[in-house]
Amino acid sequence: MNKSGLHLLVSSLHPLERKLLPHLKQGASVEELCAASGMQEVEVIRAIQWLSNKDILQITSKDVESIELDQNGKAYLQKGLPERRFLTYLARQKKPVPLHDLEQHASLDPTEIQACIGILKRKNSISFLPDKTIKMTKEGETFLSTESPEERILKDIHQGKAVAVSECKGLLQRKNLITVVIKKKREISLTKLGQELAKEDITGINVIDRLTPTIIQEKTWEGRPFRRYDVKINVPPISGGRRHFVNQATDYIKQIWLDLGFVEMTGNMAQTAFWDLDALFVPQDHPARAMQDTFYLGEKTPVYGDLPAAYRDIKTVHESGGNTGSRGWQAPWNEEEARRVLLRTHTTVLSAQTLAKLKKEDLPAKFFNVGRVFRNEALDWKHLFEFHQVDGIVIDPDANLKHLKGYLKLFFRKMGYPDARIRPAHFPYTEPSCEVDVWHPVHKQWIELGGAGIFRPEVVVPLLGIDVPVLAWGLGLERIISEYYQFTDLRELYGNDIKKLREIPLWMR
Amino acid sequence: MNYNAEMNYMPTVTLNRPVFEKLVGKKLPTDKLKERISMMGTDLEDVTDTEIHVEVFPNRPDWLSEQGFARSFAAFIGEKPGLREYYIKKSGLKVAVDKNVTMRPYTACAIVKNLTFNDERIREIMQVQEKLATTHGRNRKKSAYGIYPLNTIQFPIRYTAKDPKEVLFQPLGFSKKIPASQVEELHPKGKEYRHVAEGWKKYPFFIDSKNNVMCMLPYTNSDDTGKIDEETTEVFIECTGTDMANVKVALSILTTTLADMGGEIYSIDIEYPDRTITTPDLAPTKMEFDLGYINKRLGLSLSEKEASTLLARMNYGYENGYALIPAYRADILHQVDLLEDIAIAYGYENFEEILPKVATIAMEAPFEVFRRKMALLLTGLGFLETASYHLIEEETQTRKMLVQAGDPTGPHHPVKVLDPVSLEYNSLRSWMLPCLLHILQRNRHQEYPQNLFETGRVFKKEAVSETKTEEKECLAVVLCHQTADITSVRQVYDYLLRMLKLQEKSMIEETAHPSFIPGRAGKGMISATPLAVWGEVHPAVLEKFGISQPVAALELDLTALWNLLEK
Repeated sequence: MNKSGLHLLVSSLHPLERKLLPHLKQGASVEELCAASGMQEVEVIRAIQWLSNKDILQITSKDVESIELDQNGKAYLQKGLPERRFLTYLARQKKPVPLHDLEQHASLDPTEIQACIGILKRKNSISFLPDKTIKMTKEGETFLSTESPEERILKDIHQGKAVAVSECKGLLQRKNLITVVIKKKREISLTKLGQELAKEDITGINVIDRLTPTIIQEKTWEGRPFRRYDVKINVPPISGGRRHFVNQATDYIKQIWLDLGFVEMTGNMAQTAFWDLDALFVPQDHPARAMQDTFYLGEKTPVYGDLPAAYRDIKTVHESGGNTGSRGWQAPWNEEEARRVLLRTHTTVLSAQTLAKLKKEDLPAKFFNVGRVFRNEALDWKHLFEFHQVDGIVIDPDANLKHLKGYLKLFFRKMGYPDARIRPAHFPYTEPSCEVDVWHPVHKQWIELGGAGIFRPEVVVPLLGIDVPVLAWGLGLERIISEYYQFTDLRELYGNDIKKLREIPLWMR
Repeated sequence: MNYNAEMNYMPTVTLNRPVFEKLVGKKLPTDKLKERISMMGTDLEDVTDTEIHVEVFPNRPDWLSEQGFARSFAAFIGEKPGLREYYIKKSGLKVAVDKNVTMRPYTACAIVKNLTFNDERIREIMQVQEKLATTHGRNRKKSAYGIYPLNTIQFPIRYTAKDPKEVLFQPLGFSKKIPASQVEELHPKGKEYRHVAEGWKKYPFFIDSKNNVMCMLPYTNSDDTGKIDEETTEVFIECTGTDMANVKVALSILTTTLADMGGEIYSIDIEYPDRTITTPDLAPTKMEFDLGYINKRLGLSLSEKEASTLLARMNYGYENGYALIPAYRADILHQVDLLEDIAIAYGYENFEEILPKVATIAMEAPFEVFRRKMALLLTGLGFLETASYHLIEEETQTRKMLVQAGDPTGPHHPVKVLDPVSLEYNSLRSWMLPCLLHILQRNRHQEYPQNLFETGRVFKKEAVSETKTEEKECLAVVLCHQTADITSVRQVYDYLLRMLKLQEKSMIEETAHPSFIPGRAGKGMISATPLAVWGEVHPAVLEKFGISQPVAALELDLTALWNLLEK
């Protein structure tokens, strides 16, 4: 590599690498590099790893057995091996000593005494007299005056001298004196590039690491190279504040309707059955009303709300059709049933209330809402007790079924479903009534995502005062959002798992 | 607009495919069959080589039988269009209605002869009867039906109410006679439909001229007169209920089903105390319609002839501007109902999609704009937005927050729901903070800091409004990490007010709030309007939620704040 290439390489080195560079030597071990550079072991290890990534050196590592002092070994190094303390005691008494005397006064614990007797007898350093007292022998005296091989080995280990495992058989058998540890011994071998670099004098290259305000203010950066960073290196992840992913989706959906000139409706979540059901011409004995899946408010007894002044028009329509041209349900309409307060079962309740407030002069008019609705059922992977519905109404004397299809198709195209169809269905408040399906391009099948239709005159006339076509739809959202984020369990939508809130990708429609 | 498919009230009907195809008179490939069934107006569940499973909408009880469904389908695909005529012969036989059957005053009856029954037929007729009573009969409350082998009964028959203690009979499936008063305890149908007879002292019975009890309503036939078997060729049908029209439609559905099995219908004279009627009445009803109205709503320009052809595809007749509606249709209330059937016959798939160029001015709800702006400020401060349910377990917002629930005038006496499926959602939240603590509780294993916010609806009882429930919007913010403290949460509050140019008017007081550490809770007001509380959440609260990091929290009344803004 030419000079400028080497300089470029040097300028991309981390300070630790640069510090180590002058001390690199063929075959040097980590310990040697530490000693030579004055760096910490962990710093050297990091530096040689980075240098090896840059192909400046190679690291070979092998397992090496080495011997270290264990807890008793360390202690005995201070106060002497038990056998030495045993003999010292004997020597100090200057006469044979009974065993119990040793036990009481020699500051050795019973296991140590047992071990000492074994060792010292083997070395002929003591002998037992007929009266069971213990006497030190000549060999014992020699032992006391010289350093034993065991003591020398312990000292050598302590001083870091290399001691072969084969020398230590005896000590290894004794309790917690020494242990054999397997250590990784790393050595470096310089590559060709490394050898060239090692020859290079880099002391003159004064690279800038972190750019500091001082460097900028004092202009000391001029004429100096900046350290080159590895821009491809992985960095730790960060996350920040953000909207909930369901709200990102509902904002998008709202924007679709706003772009089409729709006005947003808002209203209560707690509603009387009157607005939620009766105003929508749901017969009071409709099976859906009797089902247990409506949340009625109350504690033991139901909460009853108030009816609007014009409720009699609705009553008449239910019972006989009134002025709508309908027969009505031909059944008595019960006021109390209509006064029960519930959590709205559909946001279509807002459409009914909007119609009631709308003036004939304001036609044509278009409204939408994206809101929560409630259903009293057990929470599981495909059922929620609270979920969203997208409602829309178009009140226009010239509106027709083709327009309904047009709005629905456009909406679903913007939601990522290229094809939508309607098929016949039944709702008490629309005629015609449609189920809305979208074509699932992956599963290759129609999936049902909502209901739609044109409000019946029995709904429109009492609320608005005239019989005008009102296109209406109520579409489900959770399934679309789950599909988008590839959830298989609807509960994930409102699980508020913070990791998911942080990491889930953006809603990108 | 609810999804019907999610609704549990839609009965699933199993049709025998070969029987169905024979009735239709044409075999369609499975794909085509599925597509046509869907486009006629049912939720198709599944089609196999031998069976068709469909969910029938409640407005078409006549589709609960193979015969009724096939009748419509044959017309829909153009095989046998038009109004199907049924001939009724007079039997001259009588059913006398006693004036004491006030609890279930109406009956309509018929005889059908020349039938052949086998296992399959018996299954079909049982299915129709049962599903019809569940849906059209509203679980037998509005109407219920019985079918009897004609040779087991003797005319004239009486429909009369009796004290069940005085009647002895052998209910279906029983081996001996029991007092009728024991049926509610002993018979499965007695237990199941007990609620229908709530408050009755007497029960309606059909009793034949030999004084044999034929059935006890609304529960069961008697075992000796009410069992169809393979030997049966002639049957007596009774429909009873609280609504004459409903009862008559049920009889029309049952008799036309049996007639489509090959039966011959005979009428019965029903002698009410004040008049005599003859049932069944299968004459179509007439409805005038305005083709211009229909064309306009559908965006079509159908001629009278085209309209009458389309009506024929839905089994209607047509006569000079009038549709002739089959007697088994109960759902035609208005000409829009004809309009829908014309649209179905035309094919929903054949309507083009038009996006009309109608200029209207869009407007996002102003409060929703405000909410979004608040959310943007908070996300800018690094807070994560969460989304909770409005329904939570009551004790999460009371006991766990150290707030007393007992006082009905207190601020935290939550609105409750009746009979929730799970106690985990038995009350509406009255404030937002418990929702956020609940989230912190479930994320204890996740990385800190956990700084969260959420805006949403909260609920309170009150006496004045239409729903006796006050709804307003709130914002809650929590900071949860090692050094979360009152300063950091107060900074958030001040920042929001500053961004709304309200800080000049901000007034702050110390407040005593059981969820916060004493001396570390503040209350914020603008002029006299209370707006917010914030502070360091009390460790006793944190312990209840199992949170072991400090939490500083803010609860802000967004509705009040919004009302203060100059707009």
